[in-house]
Amino acid sequence: MEFGPHLMLATLEGAVTAAILALTAMGLSVVFGVMRVVNVAHGEFYMLGAVIAWFVASTLGAHPAVGFVAALVIAPLLVGSLAALADVLILQRISYDPERTIVATIGLLYIIQQTTLMTFGPDARPVEAPFNSRIALPWFEFGDGGFALYWPWGLSITSYKLFVIAAAVVILAALWLLMTRTKAGLVMRATQQDSAMAQAFGIPVARVYALVFGLGAALAAMGAVLIVPIQQAHYLMGGDPLLLSFIVVIIGGLGSLPGTVIAAVLIGMSDGIISVFFSPTLAKILATLAVAMVLVFRPQGLMGKSAA
Amino acid sequence: MLEVQGIHAAYGRVRTLFGVSMTAKPGEITCLLGRNGAGKTTTLRAITGLLPVSEGTITLDGDDLTRLPAHRIAQKRVGYIPQGRRLFAELTVAENIEVGLMACGEGRETRDWVLSIFPRLRERLSQRAETLSGGEQQMLATARALCLRPRVLLLDEPTEGLQPSMIEEIRQVVLRMKAEGLIVVLVEQRMDAILSMADRAVFLDHGQSREAFIGNALRADPSILTRHLGV
Ligand SMILES: Nc1ncnc2c1ncn2[C@@H]1O[C@H](COP(=O)(O)OP(=O)(O)OP(=O)(O)O)[C@@H](O)[C@H]1O
Ligand SMILES: [Mg+2]
Repeated sequence: MEFGPHLMLATLEGAVTAAILALTAMGLSVVFGVMRVVNVAHGEFYMLGAVIAWFVASTLGAHPAVGFVAALVIAPLLVGSLAALADVLILQRISYDPERTIVATIGLLYIIQQTTLMTFGPDARPVEAPFNSRIALPWFEFGDGGFALYWPWGLSITSYKLFVIAAAVVILAALWLLMTRTKAGLVMRATQQDSAMAQAFGIPVARVYALVFGLGAALAAMGAVLIVPIQQAHYLMGGDPLLLSFIVVIIGGLGSLPGTVIAAVLIGMSDGIISVFFSPTLAKILATLAVAMVLVFRPQGLMGKSAA
Repeated sequence: MLEVQGIHAAYGRVRTLFGVSMTAKPGEITCLLGRNGAGKTTTLRAITGLLPVSEGTITLDGDDLTRLPAHRIAQKRVGYIPQGRRLFAELTVAENIEVGLMACGEGRETRDWVLSIFPRLRERLSQRAETLSGGEQQMLATARALCLRPRVLLLDEPTEGLQPSMIEEIRQVVLRMKAEGLIVVLVEQRMDAILSMADRAVFLDHGQSREAFIGNALRADPSILTRHLGV
């Protein structure tokens, strides 16, 4: 394939990575932003979302689309409830003390991972995509006859991948509306600004925290349900999303939602493109290098405010 | 009537209050006095429920508030104007007011009432709170508390760092709330304000309430103030 079409293909693959990453990192970012909690178990909520998606789809056994839609509703709800429960039973008990929270969420990581290994098993399992037609994409050339479109062999994407990108955009837009246009969003933002004053003004902060922790986990689970028809569900699949989410949240600026989206697009796209042209390992190396540079030269991140 | 009886409170292991008692009545301004670090702010935080009370009781019209979580106390219409204002800095003026309104389910009518008290805020509804001037921030902190249609108004040094005209504006609002029959508890350092506004005064020292006076006694002998505050 020529360079142009090849780059377009890589960009589209990158956009899929970016879409999933934006959802997952957004979950981490919301939790950190509102609660100042660094959730090391975030990747495991992602993994659980994928495993539950497999379970729902394979149990229902109906048309793949039915199983998929059911998973898209059930997995985030279950994972979100589990996370909210973990918040009440664990994080609240240790008063969100930063060090203890990190240790506690590391513990949670292993509990979730090992419980999944014991029940779901060590095998990777596929979920069938609800639809998966191949769409050939056109490219252009300036030949003797002037500008012309043609369909290069191999330049194509599946309809499902386009759907993933669109779904992520819709979910992120809905989240943005929730945060900026609703009372629930106002409550979360007020709590983020000053939790003590939020409480002094009638906001049940403990309940808000449980909901936010659940929302963060649910976002990761949604990302996982979307990815699982492309990558199989596996009990160790939470590692990469956790690392990349941390990279995105640091580059974007801790707790900044627009920064998180921008950084997810940057990291996701470059990950996709570099993986296609070079290797996935190089992509991770460069992303980690980018974090190091950001930490050195702009510690508050792209969109974060400097700690005055 | 707001009654605080022998409360003890601590910040973690740092014990701060060792028996504070005070009574504040509707339609009166009760001043809480004491030197820096005496425990005035701590006492207000204990009343709002932000700081747990280990001993003693706090009741509002016979209703026990002592062990209620802070958000439930707010819902009993206890409005708090904290020292240093503590606005929701990155939220707009309108959003800060909205949070106040939500606390007790107040709506449009209360919003209009509050904005009629502070017309300058109406011109700045979409501005972020952190970009307001100091005086405007104090107005917003006061407005946010009034959004609860409070029965109790707790004010912690509301005139700290303000110019005279702004101090006068805040003073007028406090007097108006007193006239409307609110229980007003005011922490204040300025002698002239104390003498002109206080219906009662409670002196705190090292986390204990020492003596209480009614306002007329203070006005008859202002040297009481100098003695207790060491100013
Ligand atoms: N968060 C905290 N942690 C530990 N100790 C605290 C905390 N806040 C206040 N204190 C201590 O409690 C005591 C009373 O403080 P408080 O803020 O109530 O004083 P105050 O009377 O309001 O003083 P000021 O006039 O300076 O505002 C002080 O000794 C202070 O150091
Ligand atoms: Mg104080």
